[in-house]
Amino acid sequence: MGEELIVNMGPQHPSTHGVLYLELKLDGEVVLDCVPHLGYLHRSMEKIAENRTYTQFIPFTDRLDYLASMNNNLGYCLAVEKLLNVEVTPRAQYLRVIIAELNRVASHLVAIGTFAQDLGAYATPLFYAFSDREKIVELFDELCGSRLTYNYVRIGGLSGDIPPGTDKVIKDFIKYEYKQLVEYNELLTHNVIFLARSKNIGILSKELAQAYSVSGPILRASGVRWDLRKDEPYLVYDKFDFDVCVGTVGDSWDRFKVRLDEVTQSLRIIEQAIEAIPEGNPVSKVNRVFRGTGESYLRTENPRGELGFYLVAEGGFNPYRCKIRSPSFSNLSVLPALIKGLNISDAVCVLGSLDIVMGEIDR
Amino acid sequence: MLINDTQKKIKDKFPSLAVEIVGSALVVPKSSLLEVATFLKNELSFENCHSVTAVDRKDKMEAVYHLYSTSNHIMLTLKVILPMDDLTVESLYLLWPSANWLERETFDFFGIKFLHHPDLRRIMNPDEWTDYPLRKDFKRDDFIPRPQSTGLKG
Repeated sequence: MGEELIVNMGPQHPSTHGVLYLELKLDGEVVLDCVPHLGYLHRSMEKIAENRTYTQFIPFTDRLDYLASMNNNLGYCLAVEKLLNVEVTPRAQYLRVIIAELNRVASHLVAIGTFAQDLGAYATPLFYAFSDREKIVELFDELCGSRLTYNYVRIGGLSGDIPPGTDKVIKDFIKYEYKQLVEYNELLTHNVIFLARSKNIGILSKELAQAYSVSGPILRASGVRWDLRKDEPYLVYDKFDFDVCVGTVGDSWDRFKVRLDEVTQSLRIIEQAIEAIPEGNPVSKVNRVFRGTGESYLRTENPRGELGFYLVAEGGFNPYRCKIRSPSFSNLSVLPALIKGLNISDAVCVLGSLDIVMGEIDR
Repeated sequence: MLINDTQKKIKDKFPSLAVEIVGSALVVPKSSLLEVATFLKNELSFENCHSVTAVDRKDKMEAVYHLYSTSNHIMLTLKVILPMDDLTVESLYLLWPSANWLERETFDFFGIKFLHHPDLRRIMNPDEWTDYPLRKDFKRDDFIPRPQSTGLKG
């Protein structure tokens, strides 16, 4: 038993994925205890929501999980639509599925790339992933004029129709990405060093995952077959044929593998959706300013898990209260239980495999 | 419909308890939160505490729990009304470990004290703060609320 040492990991540390501050109590290399400190990126989104109209808050949702802005827009707009009982045209629903899945692919690619980077595969996988993601980001740029913060989904529809020729670009991308996925598998999935670093590291049991309300790929990697798109379908997800990817052990490698498999499933959904886009007008016809009453709670399956919006309206033009239940927040809360007893290098591996985004944890 | 079933089951188990449905939420008395929550978890299989938050109604505070039953596909909104002069409620941390951080967040922003919580510290805001930002009467010199929208025609 050596001397106990407190090490501050973060808030400025490349492997904490943003401004997360972990207070690690170490015995040599072994983590005895971990206390996460949050709030370095806190912007009080919920208070901002109370001071904006419903429509004005959409751009703020972009800044929650900034790697999956479309999905955040979508989750918020669906919650407001539930509050108002607004119907969305079929064309808008199909386009929403396509952009949500494209953004899921982009987000998972970043997760895969940075995870490999955390394990010491310096730069190569990261650049592969980012160059693929770049194609999606450029496509979104064509759609809405912005590369990161889209503000594309609106209450009651979308801000505009897709430009002509977009379906061709997406089809080309799908073909290209299938080829790339083969390469990812060859490069990483069964790579000996990669396996040695991630296999059986940070095993999250099914029971622990459910107790901590963990969701998304992390829950599925622990062997729970649960996906809101399948189990409680929203939009038109029930019309598509896709599989829910699950892991077996719940270790870091499983979490990586589930994400990689989900990219394939997302591409399958986009393939089917793009063939079936109905004619019509996807542009929202809902007034920009309106009053709301009642309450609504709605969750969507984000790349990182279940994003929930709890809206309370009291007849004003602004929401009376807007609670954002972010998936990364609950996913991170399980970290201290996961990394106790691991080496500090494995703690980095576990944190990378949880794929947190501080923007939505601190809000 | 589903929420009525849940209400009926709770009424059958605790006949003397005032369990009401307000809007889409189930409101239980503060003093019996822990036993109702235990019943919900162990016998009605609400195994997931999805979110914990609060709503400041100016004259009272609502603690809001979103509990989810994966096997029955029910999202239950459970509310407890707290008077402004006694913002304390039992922690549900022992039933659902996920409530730990969620209750800390609620404490941080609303000042609700969760009794018997293992680690009730602020989670986002600086530790030395004494006020609670998401309350409606929150005032700070550097925080100027935007005027409420008046609603343009169109």
